[in-house]
Amino acid sequence: MAQEAAEVEIKGSYPEIDEYYESMPDKNGALIPVMHKAQQVYGWLSEDVQLYISHLLGVPASKVYGVATFYSLFNLERKGKFRVNVCLGTACYVRGAEKVLAAFENELDIKNTETTKDGLFTLSSIRCVGACGLAPVVMVNDKVFGRVNPDDVKRIVDEFLSKVGDIA
Amino acid sequence: MTRQIRIALRNCGVIDPENINDYIATGGYDALAKAIFSMSQDDVIDTMKKSGLRGRGGAGFPTGIKWETARKAKSDKKYVLCNADEGDPGAFMDRSVLEGDPHCVLEAMAICGYAIGASEGIIYVRAEYPLAVKRLQIAIDQAKELGLFGENILGSGFSFDIRLYFGAGAFVCGEETSLMNSVQGGRGEPRLKPPFPANVGLWDKPTNINNVETYANVTQIVRNGWEWYRQFGTEKSAGTKVFALAGKVNNVGLVEVPMGTTLREIIYDIGGGIQHHKKFKSAQTGGPSGGCIPAEHLDTPIDYESLIALGSMMGSGGMIVMDEDDCMVGIAKFYLTFTAEESCGKCTPCRIGNMRLLEILTRITEGDGTEDDLKKLESLGQTIKDTALCGLGQSSPNPILSTLHYFYDEYMAHVDEKRCPSGTCTKLVGYKILPEKCTGCTVCARNCPVNCISGERKKTHVIDQKRCIKCGVCFSKCPFKAIIRG
Ligand SMILES: Cc1cc2nc3c(=O)[nH]c(=O)nc-3n(C[C@H](O)[C@H](O)[C@H](O)COP(=O)(O)O)c2cc1C
Ligand code: SF4
Ligand code: SF4
Ligand code: SF4
Ligand code: FES
Repeated sequence: MAQEAAEVEIKGSYPEIDEYYESMPDKNGALIPVMHKAQQVYGWLSEDVQLYISHLLGVPASKVYGVATFYSLFNLERKGKFRVNVCLGTACYVRGAEKVLAAFENELDIKNTETTKDGLFTLSSIRCVGACGLAPVVMVNDKVFGRVNPDDVKRIVDEFLSKVGDIA
Repeated sequence: MTRQIRIALRNCGVIDPENINDYIATGGYDALAKAIFSMSQDDVIDTMKKSGLRGRGGAGFPTGIKWETARKAKSDKKYVLCNADEGDPGAFMDRSVLEGDPHCVLEAMAICGYAIGASEGIIYVRAEYPLAVKRLQIAIDQAKELGLFGENILGSGFSFDIRLYFGAGAFVCGEETSLMNSVQGGRGEPRLKPPFPANVGLWDKPTNINNVETYANVTQIVRNGWEWYRQFGTEKSAGTKVFALAGKVNNVGLVEVPMGTTLREIIYDIGGGIQHHKKFKSAQTGGPSGGCIPAEHLDTPIDYESLIALGSMMGSGGMIVMDEDDCMVGIAKFYLTFTAEESCGKCTPCRIGNMRLLEILTRITEGDGTEDDLKKLESLGQTIKDTALCGLGQSSPNPILSTLHYFYDEYMAHVDEKRCPSGTCTKLVGYKILPEKCTGCTVCARNCPVNCISGERKKTHVIDQKRCIKCGVCFSKCPFKAIIRG
């Protein structure tokens, strides 16, 4: 198995992954924890990172890719600076979350799961963040917005756009 | 007035979950000490069997019998797993227990380890629950420091260790065999049962797996005895159940009530009734595996069997209340969208069948459905239930079948009259401004999220139908009731 992975060229070095893997007492079933770690450090799992993990753990690259695509938390694409997550859990759905999502699609001019061309916003839907009492719920990065109406959407987007101004 | 009884949630919000001394002060870890010092392994199992406790993760399997099977399995190594993957999109009972009282789960897992002869425990917890993860880790570290976990616990000769493993966002991983494949580092695809995990589980070793809330009941049963536990609940479903009450009720949140409480008591006595004095339409239990229960069954005492008889199921405890504004076809489509997305793809009935169901439902909600489609939903749904490999596919048609059964008229309105009675299917509704009523106050134009309403001040306003996303904001904001939905 390991040879198969070794044939491809490994690009870059990933000391954080090495260190984490070394520290694991039990290397059985290490793949998913290592992928979590890699994503935590780099934000997403690029092809290079996946190949490196395959090489380090001695598992076929196809398995790494297979696992990466199976679990929705693993990102195979770089995300925007602001990640807008509209909760589409049941409680939020019955309180109109789909309309909120439609309003974001309209405001940002992208579809669900896409990233704006300027790399600022990624729009996604998530399921129940456990704040059903505040439904419908939207999270932008770590900030939670509750009882969101479609007509609040522009204000939320503007709030984050103004932060870009602050930084620049 | 219906009283809540707190067993699983007894410490939530009462103790500091990050301080083990708080837990110990409430009698924490007494049950573990009682089990390992004054009870034999068989005594513990006997207590669990007599208590009548059944799995709170969905299926309601008797916990004592599960433990007994794992105890009898012969092996050099056994595992205790905790299922904290809480996948129902709209439920957060397990999360509250993990965040509010992490030690009660750890203690129960150690008791289980003692009873079945296992020395290693693993909690499979959703990575989406960062606070639960943090508190569990603190709890494990603190308990280890006091010698409550590790080698030779309290000098008894019994050793037990616990670690965490993180899920990565796949609903099917809540199914026990998928969960074990995931812990082994692979794609979380289920396998056929039998063999059951109690005989062939993690790394092919005998494994006991229980849900968070199931474990949360265990310590109290061991401490107070099975007779004490039996006083709550019904003959076949002992104890209490935690529900995550959400949707259109006035008081949303977690409720813990004895089994056998009626839906009406939960929704009206505890939940404070329907918001804005609207009419109750249905209660959805069991999440994507369950069904919608209509008003005529509000007085059914709920337990595992009665919910199945109503075409729903207990599931993990999600309870979503819906009112006259909710479309039952829409809710069925909502759940099917979820299951079609979460199907792992291993077996054909679920991978392809659910897609077909979703296509038919989509057709119906867009006004292109026929009466024949309703028959197809019924027969295809039944086929998927009968032939899918795991519980996901075996239950995924339930939201359709139950709504077809109780709300056939609503489906008929969609296919026959191309009308959505509750006005939620956007393809079937539109908003219009009545010129004779519009005063030109501009409220609607200022509130429309896509700016598609135009008109001068004090002049009649009009909606650009092409750009309207049918959000209904204008409809609810117009102070002169000049906007109609049709
Ligand atoms: C598709 C699917 C999803 C499931 N999700 C969960 C879950 O999120 N949490 C859970 O405890 N059990 C879940 N289960 C049930 C588990 O397979 C298993 O029955 C349960 O963890 C056993 O514990 P219990 O006997 O204490 O209920 C799920 C089952 C299926 C088929
Ligand atoms: S029923 Fe669905 S989730 Fe279960 S094994 Fe088949 S395809 Fe996978
Ligand atoms: S809110 Fe009503 S009355 Fe005011 S401009 Fe709009 S339609 Fe006319
Ligand atoms: S329904 Fe929403 S999008 Fe359409 S006109 Fe009214 S406010 Fe604007
Ligand atoms: S369903 Fe959205 S927070 Fe629970």
